Order: sequence, then structure tokens, then C-alpha cells
Amino acid sequence: MEDLRSNILAYIHKHETCSSTELCKEMNVEHQKIVGALNSILAFGEIISAQPEVTSRLELTDEGRQVADHGSHEAVLFASVPAGDGAPQSELMKSVPNAKIGFSKALANRWIRLDKSAPGGPRVYRQVESVSDRIRHCLQMVAALSLDSLTAEERAELKKRKLVQEGRVTVYRVAKGPAFTLTLAKEETELTAEMLATGVWQTLTFKAYNFKALGQQPDCGHLHPLLKVRAEFRQIFLEMGFQEMPTNRYVESSFWNFDALFQPQQHPARDAHDTFFLTEPAACRLDAEQADGYLARVKAVHSNGGYGSIGYNYDWKESEAQKNILRTHTTAVSARMLYQLAQQPQFQPTKYFSIDRVFRNESLDATHLAEFHQIEGLVADYNLNLCHLMGIIREFFHKLGIRRLRFKPAYNPYTEPSMEIFSYHEGLGKWVEIGNSGVFRPEMLLPMGLPESVSVIAWGLSLERPTMIKYGINNIRDLIGPKVDLKMICDS
Amino acid sequence: MPVVQIEKAALCQCLNRKDFTDEEVDELCFEFGLELDEVTSEREMLAKEQGDAKAAQMGDQLSDAVIYKIEVPANRYDLLCVEGLSRALMVFQSLAQPPLYKAVQPAAGMQQMRVAPSTAQIRPYVVCAMLRNLSFTPASYKSFIDLQDKLHQTICRQRSLVAIGTHDFDTLTGPFLYEALPPSDIVFKPLNQTKEFSAVELMQLYSGESHLKAYLPIIRDSPVYPVIKDANGVVLSMPPIINGDHSRITLNTKNVFIEATATDAHKASVVLDTLVCAFSQYCSEQFTVEAVQVNYPDGRASIYPSLAYRQVDIQVDYLRKGVGRSDSQLTIDEICHRLTRMCLVAKATSDATVSVTVPPTRHDVLHPCDVLEDLAIAIGYNNLEMSLPPTLCTGKQQPLNSLTDKLRLEVAFAGFTECLTFALCSEKDISERLRLPLDSLPAVRIANPKTLEFQVARTSLLPGILKTVHSNRSLPLPLKLFEIQDVVYKSSDSSGSAVNSRQLAAVYYGKSSGFELIHGLMDRIMQVLGVPVDQYKLSATELATYFTGRCANVLYKGSPVGTIGVLHPETLAQFDLTLPASAFVFDVEKFL
Repeated sequence: MEDLRSNILAYIHKHETCSSTELCKEMNVEHQKIVGALNSILAFGEIISAQPEVTSRLELTDEGRQVADHGSHEAVLFASVPAGDGAPQSELMKSVPNAKIGFSKALANRWIRLDKSAPGGPRVYRQVESVSDRIRHCLQMVAALSLDSLTAEERAELKKRKLVQEGRVTVYRVAKGPAFTLTLAKEETELTAEMLATGVWQTLTFKAYNFKALGQQPDCGHLHPLLKVRAEFRQIFLEMGFQEMPTNRYVESSFWNFDALFQPQQHPARDAHDTFFLTEPAACRLDAEQADGYLARVKAVHSNGGYGSIGYNYDWKESEAQKNILRTHTTAVSARMLYQLAQQPQFQPTKYFSIDRVFRNESLDATHLAEFHQIEGLVADYNLNLCHLMGIIREFFHKLGIRRLRFKPAYNPYTEPSMEIFSYHEGLGKWVEIGNSGVFRPEMLLPMGLPESVSVIAWGLSLERPTMIKYGINNIRDLIGPKVDLKMICDS
Repeated sequence: MPVVQIEKAALCQCLNRKDFTDEEVDELCFEFGLELDEVTSEREMLAKEQGDAKAAQMGDQLSDAVIYKIEVPANRYDLLCVEGLSRALMVFQSLAQPPLYKAVQPAAGMQQMRVAPSTAQIRPYVVCAMLRNLSFTPASYKSFIDLQDKLHQTICRQRSLVAIGTHDFDTLTGPFLYEALPPSDIVFKPLNQTKEFSAVELMQLYSGESHLKAYLPIIRDSPVYPVIKDANGVVLSMPPIINGDHSRITLNTKNVFIEATATDAHKASVVLDTLVCAFSQYCSEQFTVEAVQVNYPDGRASIYPSLAYRQVDIQVDYLRKGVGRSDSQLTIDEICHRLTRMCLVAKATSDATVSVTVPPTRHDVLHPCDVLEDLAIAIGYNNLEMSLPPTLCTGKQQPLNSLTDKLRLEVAFAGFTECLTFALCSEKDISERLRLPLDSLPAVRIANPKTLEFQVARTSLLPGILKTVHSNRSLPLPLKLFEIQDVVYKSSDSSGSAVNSRQLAAVYYGKSSGFELIHGLMDRIMQVLGVPVDQYKLSATELATYFTGRCANVLYKGSPVGTIGVLHPETLAQFDLTLPASAFVFDVEKFL
């Protein structure tokens, strides 16, 4: 390579300008190698200039290249036939590559002859002492781009034998550059401390970097994508002035999870098919709730109504309310917080939020697990209504970049009015449900002791769904749990 | 949510819109709070269930008529059938007035149902009604059966609360008797059988029957089973399991006798109202139902169906504020008009109040807030003017969550990757696999897990992380993982409660144990937490999860807050891990 480069430079020094094909002939190397050497000289800076010109040329096919390297099939076959005794045809056909073509061409050239009646089967003998491999020579000329010496018949034959084809070749017109020199300095790859210390860096040339290659991955830790999205949601709530609720309480009483929310005791959600009940601790004591009469007020509103409601008309049982469960929603904590709010001497308007784990004893599929994260926001203030609920939901989703929203009437046991939140999904081209919302029922709020003119508006959504959409994950098991591919976490 | 099927042609006809497009139906449903779930046909449904070949084979027996599958809200039992759904939509579209349902007592006297004291032991309530001079079509007959089934699955809670029986009255003779008898004393020919069985035999027969076997436990262990008979001792039904064959209804039945037995009297009455309201439209005298008297052992007599209309007086101001509209934007007349479209007939009783009549189809209306919702639906949720609540508050994080987020970042900066695993796991995960005896752990146990993976709430983060290591053991080593999440402990007092505990666990898994790296991470965390060097130390101990002599308690201000060490080779083997690993676990809440 280095020799070739200095030869090229010497040639350019002498002739000022030349073409890459000319260099080919002169140096007797393939065109590709000349181009490689030119590129490598160009990398040193403006030593030379090279203007590309595209021309149509004959070029070798793969088979042609093989022939140029090792000889034509007929010459190879001829060489395999021992002078004198010859060799059995069957053996030649087996041992010599491309023997079939080689045999027929050599026979046609009268380089060999076939004795069909030889003992032990047909036998091949040399008919001449030596041969000149014209085909190979022609191909070598094609490779060296010295096509002038090929006759029209030779071109036709090479094409017919599919040893050459018409191809496009980029030929370079080479000339001296402003920094022309005959000697190329050795290239340094790294700038070292020693070079800096000695100042030698000023006289060295440095090898060009390949900026297309990938860098080396840094050795770093990664946060889980679901929890990164959780951080985004927390940020939005905090920006909107919401206060975080203490949701670190997976085990909840049925009372706070259902009864306090005016969810009747025969409601299907309280079925073993939907909710995880516990054997240890199976039930809890509701002493505090009983002490100030709250439990009795909840019992009354379920059984006989009150606060303007007719109630559910059934026999409410404390034993049912005592049953421990894994909470099915974080709204159990919201209920506790609202109850605490009602115990303050003076009601304070409040905005609360939480993002935490909830549990459902559901059948599992690609989008449902027994545990998932619920995002919940609520506002408690005087005279809040549906317009405020829709307004704050719009603000919340705007912060996520979701702008097209609409609201559908829905049923939730503890909110009335209730609304499902839909957003227009550009990718799917349709409206998809993204959350649920409503105004907490008076039968839930008034037994707690909140003032009658206070309304509580609330909305909720799952954390998993937006995360799966964001990262393009289709199976929830690829996002959460021990079978998750850590590469997903690193790449997200 | 329950799903109702309705033929497109039928819906178009009752809504007087021949050119209804699927999009318009979808839009109408959305506005009304329903969901158009699927647009299909009899053939498509069968093809989906049993394959295209089967559907093709059925040929002309299947219809290609377009069917809408519509999801209805779980509290709207009145919308569970085509009749109720299409009537509600007709009224909503102002194409019909809300009907006035009446229970009438015939001049010749009411049919009587006597309740025997024995029913108190098993299923104490019964309600009845009669639909007179009714004409079924094949479609309405199917819908009638279908609605009973839907009610059984929803409000009746799989027949445990209420069970409905419907009978051809012309095959029976009143008065009727509702009693409870020992199973061997009940003998009759049940629906779709050719001979008589005793109740004992029936329970045996149906224990292998996929549809009925779910209801058997409701009465199986009772010494007496409920049964309804007519004056001649003909068995109408053995609720909640099966009706008698004698009184079965057919397409030609003219007079339908309905009984519903229950453990909840209120729900029984709601179910009866729902059923008769939906199907009284097929009676010669529309929306009129013949009442039946039920006589209880204590001498009390009740007349059913109740078909009660309830008056609710509501402040107009409450309704206007609820939808954010002023007097001029929402007049009383408009309020009344819009509520009537929701089948809630309303009229102004003063400038400030409206009187709303809640019909027997709308048992979901409990409080004026339910009326408010209907008003908002009639205006259209998406026509309301949005505004932000005026509530001014400052944002505030939970200190524990803010500390957790801080730690997550620091541990990730230190080169560890965060996993997120399940809070529920098997008993084996927290005990045997960590080489700990189960009874030493304060684990919360789940009563009704569907699989072994949900037996307990985790008491340690280690199993989840080690399982994650196992699933990723083919990745380039070392693996450095952590998790900051809650574990759950049963509380030691008698409160019957449990507490979460926020823990941080980290694992190093590689060709060598890497203890010095795990130790270094712990040092770094203590530095970040601002713990002075003299307040934190490791003190050697022995714990079964860790390797002998390679385990320490993490002490903070002298008391243990966590553990650190090289994992025991048998712990590793429990998770199918073949390389050494180090880990620590500590209680984050101690550093709040």
C-alpha cells in the first residue's frame, strides 16, 4: 500500500495530471486498489485532488474474477490431465472444478482428446504439449482496464461466457493539490500525554476518525421506564399545585376500599373473582371509625339512605366491612384523606394526587396483570361542578401533550355524575378511552362530615397504558415483572 | 359491563331513521353513555366462535342482518334488553313520551301467593306479577328469556339474591303456595326433562350440567329447598335452580305469571319492576300489569309489582350550578324538557324548584345528583363550558416518595439498573428460596389466589431481583440491579392490619461475588443520605440467606436497618443461578 502510494505520487509529480485507469496500466494493479490508494492519500489533506467521472466499462463477473485469478476452466482441466498416460474421464469430471465446461472447451480447442474405448472406461489424453490461456489473459486485461488490446470477438466471447458484464466504473482524474508532497508521514491514532508533554503533536499527522462508527457504550445504570413515566406524572401534579397522598398501604379494609365510597356490599367488584381477600390478617378492627359515629353514618346511608338519598335498602353488615383486602384502587386512601379533611375545624380547599400500586384478582392477559399502578387526582372545594372537572382534566392532559379530548357519560358506584375520558389517537385513527372521572357522591362525602356545599371532583387512569403506548410495548409482561428484558430498560 | 344485542333494522325503525350510519349510532351511544362495542351479524358471531367453515356450513340458517352489540352501564337494568334500550333512546331523541306503567287489580280479585313460614330458613321473599293478553313474536320471546338471564347475571348476583321464574298461567290454577320442603319431598318434572325427579336426584343430575351447576351451592346444604306450587300441587319452580316443565312458557303463551324469590326483598321488587316494565308493551293493554297479592305468615300482605313513581323536589339552583349554567342559559322549562328526555318527567313547582318523577324503570336514581347527571347527559357533556377550578394550593410531595426518587437516581448514577417486580409472590419465594422458615415471616396471606404466584405479599425484594437476574443471565456480566419498592408486613398487634415498608435492595451478579462493590454502593448511599461515618457500620452476623461468614447487619445509630453480604450458594441455586452474587437490603423509612 505504502509503495503504491509513493509510486502514484511520483507518477503525478512527473505528469502533473493523469487518470486512475492510466495509473492502473502503469502500476499493473487492479483499478480498485488504485482507488483505495488514492482515497488513502486524500485522507492526508490536500496533497492531491481527484475528480470522479462515471463511465461505462466492462467489468469481471464473480466467475470472471475466478478465471482471472486461477485460469480458464479449460486450462485448469488441461493442467489436470497428466502428460502421456492421461487420466480416466470420470475421475477428471469429479476432481476438477467446472470440469464440464472446461472439458468441452478444451476438446473444442483440440487441447485434449477422448478415447472412449480405453480399458477401464473413457480416458482423456493431452493432444498438445502446452497451451496458452488466452481467456485468462483477456480477463486480466479487463481487470487492468486495458481494453484497447481486446478484439471485438474476444469481447463478445467473454460476454457470452458470462465472464464479463457491462458495468459503471468511476474513474478519477487526479492532479496535484496545493499541499502536494512526495512523502506521506506515518499517521498517529491517539493524542497521548507524551505528545503533549514533548510538544511533538505539532509535527505529527493524525489518522482521520471514522465518525460513522458507533461509540463505546458508557457503563451506566438505568431507571425503569414505568417509573420514569411516574416521575413525569408526579411532576405534572406538582406543577398544578397538588399534594401527594400517603398511599403506602396495600392492605386495606373493605370499609375504606368500598363501604366508605358508598359501594354496596353485594356489588360484583366485592366478589372473590375480582378482589384479593386475606386469610392473614383476615379482618381488621374499625374502632376509630366507630368511635366518632362515622361507621354508623355509613351503615345508615347504605341501609336507609339519608342526605337526600334513598340508599340501597339492604342489611349492611359490619363484619363485611372489616374484611381485609389488597386495595383495588388508591381511592381507598383518597377516602381516608377526605375523612381527615372533614375532621379539621375549618374546611380547607385541597388538591390531592397519588400514583401507586393496586390489585385485582382478574384473569391475566397481554394488557392486564393482577397488580398495576393507578394515577389519581382530586380537588375538594366549594361549589365545584362538571365544568371544573372537565377543565382540570383538559389542563392535565394538555401538559402530557394530549389535546383532543371528549367525555362520555359512565357509571361508577362512587361518583355521580361520572365521565369516561377519551382522546383521539392519531396513530389508530380513533377515539380511545384514557381515563375515568367523576364527582364524588354526597352519600360518600356527607357521612364523613364535609360541608354540604363542598364538592370533590376526581379522575384516574392507569400508569401502564400511557407507558406502553409511549415505549411501543404490546405485552405488559415485557414492562413489569421478573421476566423483563433488561435491554428494554436500558434502551428506553 | 353488560352487552345488549340489537338488530340495526329494529333500531333504525324505532328511531325513525332508515339511513342511520354506524358512525351516527356510535355517536348517539357515546352521547347517551352507552358504548357501541361491535358491529356484527349472526353469521359473523358464529364464525368468530366456531370458525368460518362452520358458519359457511350453516348457510341460510344464519342471518347476515347487521347486529349492534351495545355495552350498557352496570346500574341501568332497564337498558338490559332491546325493548328497554330502544324505548330509552326513543325518548332521548324526543320520538316518544316516557310511558306510564300501571299495576291494576282485576275486578274478579287478585291472584294470591301464600308464603309458608318454612321459607324463612332458606329464601324468605317472593314477589309476583301477571302479564295479561300478551303476544310474543320469536324475537320478543327470545328477548324475554334473554333479559331474565341478564338480570340473573347482574343484579340477582347469579341467582343468589333473586331468581326469576316465568310461567304459562293458563296451565295453572291459583292460589299459589311458596314453601320450603325437605329435598326428598319435592318431586316434579323439570324443564326439558321427560320424567319426574326428586330434588335430591335433580341436584345429582345438574351437578354435571355446565349452566346450572353454578347455582346448586345456593341451596345444596340446606335441610329444606324452596318450591312454588299451584292450588293443585303442580310445581311451578324449585328456585333458584329450575322451573317445572308443566307451566313452561312458549311462543303461544298469552298470560305470563312471573314469580321472583329472593333473599333481598328490595332487589326482588326492582327485578320484577324491570321485567314487567320492559315487556308490558306487548300486552293488549300496553304498559299495564296485573297485580298479585303476596301473603306472609305474619299476616302481612303485599301487592306486587310495586311500579312506584317517586317524586323528588330539586332546587333549580343546584342543577344550574352543577352544569355551570346561569338562569338565562338554562331556563326551568329547558331543565324540565331535558329531564323528560331521560325518562325523568319533571315540572316546575316554583321559580326555584322542579318536581322530578322517578319512574319504576329508574331504580338507579338514588339522590338528586343522579338527576343532575341525567340533565348533563341531556345537554351533552361535550357542550358544557370547561373552566379550571379556582382552588389555589401549593404542591407537596410525600417525604418518603421524594426520598425514594432521590435514592433511585443516586443508585442508577452508581451504575445499577432499576427493576420493577411484583408485590405478590408465592410462599416459597419468600421462605424456602431465601432459606428462611415460612412461619418466621410476618407475611400477609391471600385467601383466594388464582395461581401460586399470588399466595402472599412479598416480605423481601430479593426474590424479585434474583428472578430478574435469572431471566437476564445471558446478558454481558456483571449484572447490577436494584429496586426501591414496598414490602408488606402483618402487624404484630391485634389491630388486624398490615403495614408497608419501603425497602432498597441491590444485587451484584458476576464472575466474582463483588462484595466490595455492593459494600461501596452502601457507603455511597450513606454518604448521600448524610449519615456521618460514626453513625453507620456493618456488624458481622449469620443469616441463612447469606453465605457463612460473609454476612453483616447494617447498623444505623446502633440499631439494625438492613443486611448485606454474599448470597449463600444454596440461595443462588434456588434461583437457578450459577455465578456468585452479593446483595444488600435496607429499610429506607429509617432515614426519613
